Amino acid sequence: MVGLVAAATLCGRVLPTWTLSLATVAASNALIALGIVVLARTGNVSFGQGLFFAAGGYGVALIANAWDIADAVVQVIVGAACGGLLGLMIGPLIARYSGIFFGMLTLALSMVFYGALVKSTALGGSDGFNVGRPSLFGMVFTDPREADFALYAVSVVITGFAGIATAILFHSELGLVSLAVRENNLRVEYLGISAKRVVTINFVIAAIFAGASGALALMAQRHIDPQFAYWTTSGEFVFVAILAGYQSVAAVFVASMALELVRSFSNLYLPNTWQLVLGVFLLGVILFLPRGIGSLWTRDERRKSGPKAATKVATKEGVTL
Amino acid sequence: MNFFLTIVLDGLIQASWLFIVALGLTLVFGVLKILNIAHGSFYALGAYIAATAVTIVAAHGLPPSVGFVAMLVSVASIASSVGLLLERGLLKMFYGRDEVVLLLVTYAVFLILEDITKLIWGVNPIYATQPYELFGNVAFAGLYYVGYDLVLIPVSVAIGLAVWFSLNRTITGKIVLAVIHNEEMSVSMGVRVRRVYAVAFAFGVLLAALAGALTAPKISMQPGLSSDVIILSFAIVVIGGLGSVEGAAVGAVLVGLARAASVHLLPQAELFMIYLIMTGVLMLRPEGLFTRETARRI
Repeated sequence: MVGLVAAATLCGRVLPTWTLSLATVAASNALIALGIVVLARTGNVSFGQGLFFAAGGYGVALIANAWDIADAVVQVIVGAACGGLLGLMIGPLIARYSGIFFGMLTLALSMVFYGALVKSTALGGSDGFNVGRPSLFGMVFTDPREADFALYAVSVVITGFAGIATAILFHSELGLVSLAVRENNLRVEYLGISAKRVVTINFVIAAIFAGASGALALMAQRHIDPQFAYWTTSGEFVFVAILAGYQSVAAVFVASMALELVRSFSNLYLPNTWQLVLGVFLLGVILFLPRGIGSLWTRDERRKSGPKAATKVATKEGVTL
Repeated sequence: MNFFLTIVLDGLIQASWLFIVALGLTLVFGVLKILNIAHGSFYALGAYIAATAVTIVAAHGLPPSVGFVAMLVSVASIASSVGLLLERGLLKMFYGRDEVVLLLVTYAVFLILEDITKLIWGVNPIYATQPYELFGNVAFAGLYYVGYDLVLIPVSVAIGLAVWFSLNRTITGKIVLAVIHNEEMSVSMGVRVRRVYAVAFAFGVLLAALAGALTAPKISMQPGLSSDVIILSFAIVVIGGLGSVEGAAVGAVLVGLARAASVHLLPQAELFMIYLIMTGVLMLRPEGLFTRETARRI
C-alpha cells in the first residue's frame, strides 16, 4: 500500500497540468470523505463536515498569517489539530444522537459556524481572504508547475497515509465494534462497551481528517471563504462517501476522482447542466451499486459467512410493503 | 413599542409563508419518512411558474387579479403532477432503503431540479410584481404595510387549519395518521399505503410550490433560492418536531420572529440566530418540541 502511494505520487510527474490540479482536489476531498466513511461505519452520517473543513482551513489561514508558517506539512498538521480539537469538544455532545437527528445536528452546527463566519468582518465576511503560497521543507517554489506538483505530492501522500491508517483501523477492535454499533447500539452496550465512546472516537477521527482536508483545500485555492462551511459543501463530501460505499478505502479515492472528472468534463461540455449530470450520476450509483463503487471489487462480506446467513439477510431485506 | 410591533408583524409575515413550506416538508417526512432536500426546489419551481403565469397574463393586458388566480391555478396543477410523477417514477424505486440513502436521493433530485430551473428560466433575476399591489397599502398603528403581505397571514392560518382539520376529523386524514404511526399495521388493516405515499408526497410538493407562488410577487427569483429556503424550513421542522403540524406552526413563528428580530437588531446574524435556536432545541429535546418520544424496537 505504501508502494501504491509512492507510485501515485510519482505519477504526478507525468500527468498533464490540468489533471494534476484535479487530482490534488480529488485527494483532499477523498481525505474528508474518508472521515465520513469512518463515521458512517457506526451508522451515523454527518451532514456538517464542512464545519471541521472550515475550522481547519480558517485555523491554518489565521495561524499561518499570524506566525508566518508557510510549510505545507506543518499547515496540514495545524489544520488537523484545529479540526480534531473542535471534534473533541463537539463529539461527546453529539454522540448522544443517532440517525436523522445526528445528521441534522451536525448540519445545524455547521450552519451556525457559517452564519458566524459570514458575520465576522475581521475574517473578511462572506468574501473571505487570501493566503500566500506554501513552501515545503524549506523549499520555496517559484515555478508554478513545480509548486503544483509539490502540492499534489503533499495531498496524495497525506491522504494515502490516512487511507492506510483507516484500513488498519477498519480491521482493529475499534473498527469492528463500530460496525456492531451500526447494527445495534443497545446490544453493544449490553456487552459492556460504551457505544457513545465508539461514536465519539470515530467522530474525532473524522474531524481530524476534515481539518487536514481543509488545510489542503486552502493551499490549493490560496483563498478561504465561509462557503467552506455551507451545507452544499458538506453535501458534496457525503456524496463522495456514498459513491464509495463503506467497504473499501481505495473506493473513496476512486469515487472522489470520478466525481472530479464527471464535474470537470460536464463543466467543459455541458457548462450549465453539470449539477444535472451529477444528480443523475448519483441516482444511478444509488440504484445500481447500492453498496457503492467499492462493491465492484470487494466481495460482499456477509456472503462469505455462508449461504445460510446470506439467505437470511435476503429474506429480511425482501420484506416490502 | 412601535419598534416591537414592527418586529412582531414582520416576523408573522415571514412565518406565514415559511409555515406553508414547512408544513409540506413535515407531512412528507411524517408519511414517507423522507427528509426531502428537494423541497426547496419545489418552492423555487412554484415561484418561477407563478412568475411566468403573471407575466403572460400581464402581457395580455388583463388585470393583476386575473394574474393572481392564474398563478395559483397553474402552480397547483403543475406542482401536483410533478410530485406524483417523481414519487411514482423515482422515489418508489428506493423504498425500504436506509433513511440516509433516501436523503441523498432527494439531494440528487435537488441538484437536477436546480439545473432544470436554470435551463428553463435562465440565471438572471425574474420579477412578477403585478399582484403585489393587489391589496393596496394598509396603515396599521402608525406603520405602513403592503396589503398583500398582511393577507398572507390569514391565508396560511387557513391552510394550516384546513390541513389539521382534514387530518384529524376526516376518514382520509385518519388513514394518513394511521400510516404515520405504523405503516405495517396499516397495511395489514387493508390500507393502500403506497397510494397514501403518492398522495402525501404530491401534496407536500403542492404546498411548497404554493408557498413559492404566494411569495413570488414579493421577491426576485434567481438561482440559490431553493437552498436558502430549504435551510430555513429544515430548521423549522426540526425545531417543531419532524412530522408534526402543530410543531411546524410553532417552529415557523419562532423562526419568523427570530429572522425579523435579527434583521432589525443585528442584521447578518439572521442565519446564525435561527440555527442557534435549532441547535438549542436539538440539544434539549432532540425529537423537537412537539413530537412524543417513541419506544424503540430492538
